[in-house]
Amino acid sequence: MSHIRLLIGTHKGAFILTSDDQREQWNIAGPHFPGWEIYHLKGSPVDPNRIYCSQSNDWFGQLIQRSDDGGETWSPVGNNFAYEGVAGTHQWYDGTPHPWEFKRVWHLEPSLTDAQTVYAGVEDAALFRSTDGGQTWQELSGLRRHGTGSAWQPGAGGLCLHTILLDPKNEKRLYIAISAAGAFRTDDGGETWKPINRGLLSQYIPDPDAEVGHCVHHIAMHPSRPNVLFMQKHWDVMRSDNAGDLWQEVSGNLPTDFGFTIDVHAHEPETIYVVPIKSDSEHFPIDGKLQVYRSRTGGTHWEALTNGLPQKDCYVNVLRDAMAVDSLPQCGVYFGTTGGQVYCSPNGGDTWTTITENLPAVLSVEVQTLP
Amino acid sequence: MIRSMIRVDLPSHLWRLAGLPSQVVQLEVQEPTLRGVLNALEAAYPMLRGTIRDQVTGVRRAFLRFFAEEQDISALGMDAPLPPSVATGHEPLLIIAAIAGG
Repeated sequence: MSHIRLLIGTHKGAFILTSDDQREQWNIAGPHFPGWEIYHLKGSPVDPNRIYCSQSNDWFGQLIQRSDDGGETWSPVGNNFAYEGVAGTHQWYDGTPHPWEFKRVWHLEPSLTDAQTVYAGVEDAALFRSTDGGQTWQELSGLRRHGTGSAWQPGAGGLCLHTILLDPKNEKRLYIAISAAGAFRTDDGGETWKPINRGLLSQYIPDPDAEVGHCVHHIAMHPSRPNVLFMQKHWDVMRSDNAGDLWQEVSGNLPTDFGFTIDVHAHEPETIYVVPIKSDSEHFPIDGKLQVYRSRTGGTHWEALTNGLPQKDCYVNVLRDAMAVDSLPQCGVYFGTTGGQVYCSPNGGDTWTTITENLPAVLSVEVQTLP
Repeated sequence: MIRSMIRVDLPSHLWRLAGLPSQVVQLEVQEPTLRGVLNALEAAYPMLRGTIRDQVTGVRRAFLRFFAEEQDISALGMDAPLPPSVATGHEPLLIIAAIAGG
């Protein structure tokens, strides 16, 4: 019988939640690394018991932990993220040049084919790769040096590389996203990169259709159609049908198209989910009602999913990496909030249950569907 | 080569990370300086690399300071001799993290 393992990164530690395929009774283990910020943890698709974890805080910096037994035990691995060559400068908030400085790892993306290989998206924005299980890290510096890097500017959360998508049909193709630079793609395994932001329109930057400078919050892809991308931008929900070469807006009838997270149903490539957030200055749901919106048409036409979610006095946020889907026959959808709640829908969003409601602020949610 | 036995008092996150039973660790140090202590500490407990000083530049992390005999010695320099009471192990070298939550 299949079972589910949720990997929850929070402001004060990591938690591992497990259930059988009914997804009704949950065991909660943790906190692992209590007191530390756990921006992200994710398991290897090749060896699901191998889990990589980003552990950091402002006092002691960045650590990477690795488990080889499904999160029962952990060992620190390499944490030396050194930019290749002279790091150079990007723009600071006031437009002045600012030296590139490593701060933390936002996202870890294990390889689809090799348990020893894992990518790390970091702040200040860069992409690193380890091919020895996290012991050593090498920057894929072609991204930072492709030409626009000196013009990148941080969003409110920092100049972070927060999204890494690996093309399951083309191992040379990766997508990444940076706040607030935009989306980028490599077709040669990370040697060279190009911005893929055509079609994005951001009224809050001096040149609304600039090549870079867009505050992309998250991108999602269905593995069966890696050329189709869905994006939650700062404002606007977008899609691309040509690997990011051109984007079109699919916000449609959403009550607000601001938000952070976006994901795709495990078995229906045109079914996508977002959590609308009121605005860039009010990071909570409209009218205190927590609503997931689902589109079965790849965007434009959206329906509110509220059954089981709080519909009054709810003023939490759902961050960019805090939603995930399982791959059971009836797709489960999960998300965590800055209020410490973790919600589960075992039926693709039709109804929701609260798995737990008093964790520290949830920074990330990943799910493993295990045999 | 003179070797010193120096006691180092670590913040709770770090002694737990290193798997120590308590906050004070005793180290054999080749040079009784801050650099000597950190070199010995990181050699004995590699998981602490990068948590006290930058792995590339060696610069002390901003939210940490070094104290000896109730004095802040963070600005003395990495190669300045530690006070005799610390160098002989009578007093610990304190690594203190900025107060959280204050």
